[in-house]
Parts: sequence; structure tokens; C-alpha cells
Amino acid sequence: MKILLVDDSSTMRRIQKNTLSALGFTEVDEAEDGQDAVAKVSKTHYDLVLMDWNMPNMTGIEALKAIRANPETAKVPVIMVTSESEKTRILEAIQSGATNYIVKPFTPDVLKEKLDAMK
Amino acid sequence: MRAELINPFLKATMSTFQTMVNTNPTPSAPFVKAEPSLAHDVSGIIGLSGGAKGAVIISFPTKTALATVSSFIGLNVTQIDADVTDAVGELANIIAGAAKADLAGLNVTISLPSVVIGSNHKVTTPKDIPSIVIPFTCTHGDFVVEVCIALSEAK
Repeated sequence: MKILLVDDSSTMRRIQKNTLSALGFTEVDEAEDGQDAVAKVSKTHYDLVLMDWNMPNMTGIEALKAIRANPETAKVPVIMVTSESEKTRILEAIQSGATNYIVKPFTPDVLKEKLDAMK
Repeated sequence: MRAELINPFLKATMSTFQTMVNTNPTPSAPFVKAEPSLAHDVSGIIGLSGGAKGAVIISFPTKTALATVSSFIGLNVTQIDADVTDAVGELANIIAGAAKADLAGLNVTISLPSVVIGSNHKVTTPKDIPSIVIPFTCTHGDFVVEVCIALSEAK
């Protein structure tokens, strides 16, 4: 499974990458913001995108909408991984096409559970 | 200062540290920040806007910052560098984001994090907004979370 990690925090990318590696997912690319993510998703096939919400240049929700609006990338699974935890935000993400939603702070078990749910 | 504006940040700090830093911080009694303000070495700052305005600031002495970040990222860090700066900003972001859920009726928006590094620096907050300091102790050392928050006038 090829995964794209999108987060402006190198710390969160490192933590998630380590967790994914421990779970056996080693084919992982990284993007630093929404713009970078949209560009990478349009060029490379990913089986999953893990997307932060609050990022400079282009937010995660804007990137999600851009990915869904492009017929070639519309079906790429996108899980939002964000500190935005209000119900209205979660609803907004799901209505925008998010496949699932992980609220920070989260444990490795939560990430595993969401990945298992995609099988 | 309304407790319902402060408690979400206390709860979010404890939850964030328990979940992502592998330590269970113990809060002490919060107090109103007085001038001259406390001095710190590393501070992560998140601005608040929308239905409430102000900022939440998490501040560490260097030793606590290094131990906290080492546990957070799973790598032993021994000096303040870009990794520490990013990690402290992300901790502030997660705490503010988690607290937002309990302030949902206020429709609060949080900024991207800023991080201040400097021995014995002081973070000044607006004088017209009350600022409450919550001291914490954990296995990595002592730190404080400062909540400077007031309802916006439109509310």
C-alpha cells in the first residue's frame, strides 16, 4: 500500500511514518501542505492519503476538495488526521469526501484501527 | 475569568500528554498571570479568534522541552533545534485543537503555531484579556500552559 502523509509539521509526519512502519507500511511519501499534496496525488497513484487540516498555502480540506474534484484522483481514499475535533468540522470533512477522520491526539492503535477498516 | 473557558485547555493538555507524550501531567492550582511575567526557554503559541479571542501558550524550561519532545517523537534530542521547535508548535496545536471541541459553541478558530526559543524569554499577552497560568508537573519536568482568552464582543 502506497501512502502519502500530508502535514506541515515534520514531527507529525515522523510520528505517523514510524507508526506506519511498525504496522508494516513502508512505502510512504510526504507532503508539507495541501498544494504539495494535490500535486503529488495528481502525479503518483496513492492507495491512501493521511491529511492534516490546518496547513499554510492550502489547507487539508481545500486539498481534499481539489482531489475529489479531479476525476483522475477523485476516488483516492483520504483520511483526515487533525486537531480539528468539533462535530461540525468532522461533518464538513465527511461531506467534502473524507474517507475517515482521526482526531489528534491519537494513539497508534487508532491509526491501525482506521487502516484495518479500509481492508 | 470563566472556568468553562479554562477547563478545556487543562483537559486537553492532560489528554495530549497522556496520549502522545507517554506521561501523566499533574496540574497545580491555576493563577492569574502577574507582571513581570514568568520567564521560559521554549514556548509554543497558538492564536485564538472567532467567538473567543486570545492565545494559548505552552512554555517549558529547556530540560523539560528536550525530555518532552524526545518522548513525543520517539527520538532522543539533546539540544534545541528545528525538531524541537516543530514538535513544541505541534503540541500547542494539538492542545488548542482538542480544547476547541469543548468550546464548540463559540466557533473558535486557531492559528498556525508560532514557537519562541530563547533563554528566559517572556511572552506578553494583551493587557485587556485576562491570562490564567496552569502549572503542570510530569515525569519530564515542570511546564506551564497559559490561557489568555475572552469572549469576542460580537458574542
